[in-house]
Amino acid sequence: MRSFRFLLAGVGLALSLGTAAASEGPEIPHQHWSHDGFFGTFDRAALQRGYQVYKEVCSACHSMKQMRFRNLEGIGLDEAQIKAVAAEFETTDGPNDDGEMFQRPSRPSDRFRMPFANDNAARAVNGGALPPDLSLIAKNRKGGENYVVALLTGYADPPEGVTVPEGMHYNKVFPGHMIAMNQPIQDDAVTYADGTKATVDQMAHDVATFLAYAASPHLEARNALGVKVMLFLFVLAGLLYAAKRKIWKGLH
Amino acid sequence: MAKYDYVPSPFMSNPIVKWVDHRLPIFEMVDQQLIKYPAPRNLNYWWNFGSLAGVMLVVMILSGIFLAMNYQPSTVAAFDSVERIMRDVNYGWLLRYMHMNGASMFFVVVYIHIARGLYYGSYKAPREILWWLGLLIFLAMMATAFMGYVLPWGQMSFWGATVITNLFSAIPLVGKSIVTWLWGGFSVDNPTLNRFFALHYLLPFVIAGLVLLHLWALHVHGSNNPLGIDAKGPQDKIPFHPYYTVKDAFGLSVFLIIYAYFVFFNPYMLGDPDNWIPANPLVTPPHIVPEWYFLPFYAILRSVPDKLGGVTLMFGAIAILFVLPWLDTSRVRSGRFRPAFRVFFWLFMVVTVTLGWCGSQPPEGMALTIGQICTVLYFLHFLVFLPLLGWFERPLPLPASIAEPVLKSAAK
Repeated sequence: MRSFRFLLAGVGLALSLGTAAASEGPEIPHQHWSHDGFFGTFDRAALQRGYQVYKEVCSACHSMKQMRFRNLEGIGLDEAQIKAVAAEFETTDGPNDDGEMFQRPSRPSDRFRMPFANDNAARAVNGGALPPDLSLIAKNRKGGENYVVALLTGYADPPEGVTVPEGMHYNKVFPGHMIAMNQPIQDDAVTYADGTKATVDQMAHDVATFLAYAASPHLEARNALGVKVMLFLFVLAGLLYAAKRKIWKGLH
Repeated sequence: MAKYDYVPSPFMSNPIVKWVDHRLPIFEMVDQQLIKYPAPRNLNYWWNFGSLAGVMLVVMILSGIFLAMNYQPSTVAAFDSVERIMRDVNYGWLLRYMHMNGASMFFVVVYIHIARGLYYGSYKAPREILWWLGLLIFLAMMATAFMGYVLPWGQMSFWGATVITNLFSAIPLVGKSIVTWLWGGFSVDNPTLNRFFALHYLLPFVIAGLVLLHLWALHVHGSNNPLGIDAKGPQDKIPFHPYYTVKDAFGLSVFLIIYAYFVFFNPYMLGDPDNWIPANPLVTPPHIVPEWYFLPFYAILRSVPDKLGGVTLMFGAIAILFVLPWLDTSRVRSGRFRPAFRVFFWLFMVVTVTLGWCGSQPPEGMALTIGQICTVLYFLHFLVFLPLLGWFERPLPLPASIAEPVLKSAAK
């Protein structure tokens, strides 16, 4: 068994290398998430509040190309609710029999509405900056959803001696600290249906939860299956160890 | 190949088995090479990693085939098709994470397998060709992993492919033409992605072929063992089944626990967040790093200020392993009886891990200097330490047979 401890140490050492690269830039504080850990599940209320923040604030500039309305099932909406949400938006369909494209109310199978026709249109109204697609933002930034919270709550006055160029804003965690996006959420930017007080911290946490779901919609299925697989493997390993002991016993 | 006193298993007298074997002796082969196959009785758990690597090859091929059924190798569709696998294909996320983290697990297992070979002198006569075949598998694995990483067409896919293919431009005169030829154009683009997909699908089967040769070579003289001495007679060996089948199965179950942890609970830890951003040729990531398993070689590449020199040294770091059986002049195989070698072996392990760390850092300041020192030590190990150790080291006395210390420790 001594060699086994070595083995695990070796694997750990090798794997820690991969994370060594991740330790640069400003410190991103780790938030508490209900979807952390082996048994983690998304907080449905937070997901729905987070979607509201996305819909009413972020979606003015940020697309979510990978999301379809039917994916809102995962935030706890039922079929009728999803249909109703989808119908609030319009999707370009066609061509019809006359060869014309036409607008119709969105269906659950349609993608979220794109705020801009293309990247150039997005840049044109955002001072040259491209608002990133948010589908995977909780996976493609170091710190994931923690980074989202840190960014949304990281607006501050620039330190002494730092001049912020025209059209830019100072942010504590954004790489280089100069971000084109103005502080997107202020207190009471949205009115939550469930009566939760819409502070900046609350909204940042909610929308980050929603973005974490959008990036990993399978997270709950993954955790649930993972726990079963682990239990199975621990029992299997125990049985195989006993079998090994028994079979090898006769040898010496 | 059965050079030992082979006593057939009972099932060999079954009439159907006999009928088949008369025409194609497949049962006989299984019986001789897997069931009754005599293995040294003293193999420790470090000998599990060969079969673990074999299991990982099968896992990667199977998960890969199902991924390929849903993947689209075009610069327009690749990223979204991978997202579709993750979101809409039934258990697509499981296939993807098994494949993605499986690559890392495969390399962990193979690195440990190679390190075991280094420590116990498994590359020495008469196992040089076995060792070469293993190195060829390792090279094919590196090529496969590199091209596989390009397929999701994220930022690191694109920029990693650009950096690595550009290495060939260091070759004098024909370098630039070779790079254009590799790309199928004048930058990493759709033709590059298409051919990488074709080759990524092909190479695992080349690896499987090399594995068969590796096993063939292995079964000629049998496994080396922790004592590094040859078996003197039947008392030194035990049949592979049930002894090593159960030991390998137990090792596999422990390995699967570690693998499953990454697949189910930490699937993003080993990857770079940048690869979840679709490839964009107009935006260079601030810090281009390969996957962790290439980091030591990446560090060697960057420790030389000259491009051609760096590339030569990086390939040389693997090429030198091919002549290792002759650079190590000691006639004693196992590190267990080589006290001085043991010190240098662990130093070499520290050097390679440190190189890995250097590879993950921007190539400047301390990380660069440490990387350069470690690169020198890496080559010194093979070119100076190992040849000299064979002459100056006084090995400990070897036991008379494999069975002797095993039975002695059991009697205690």
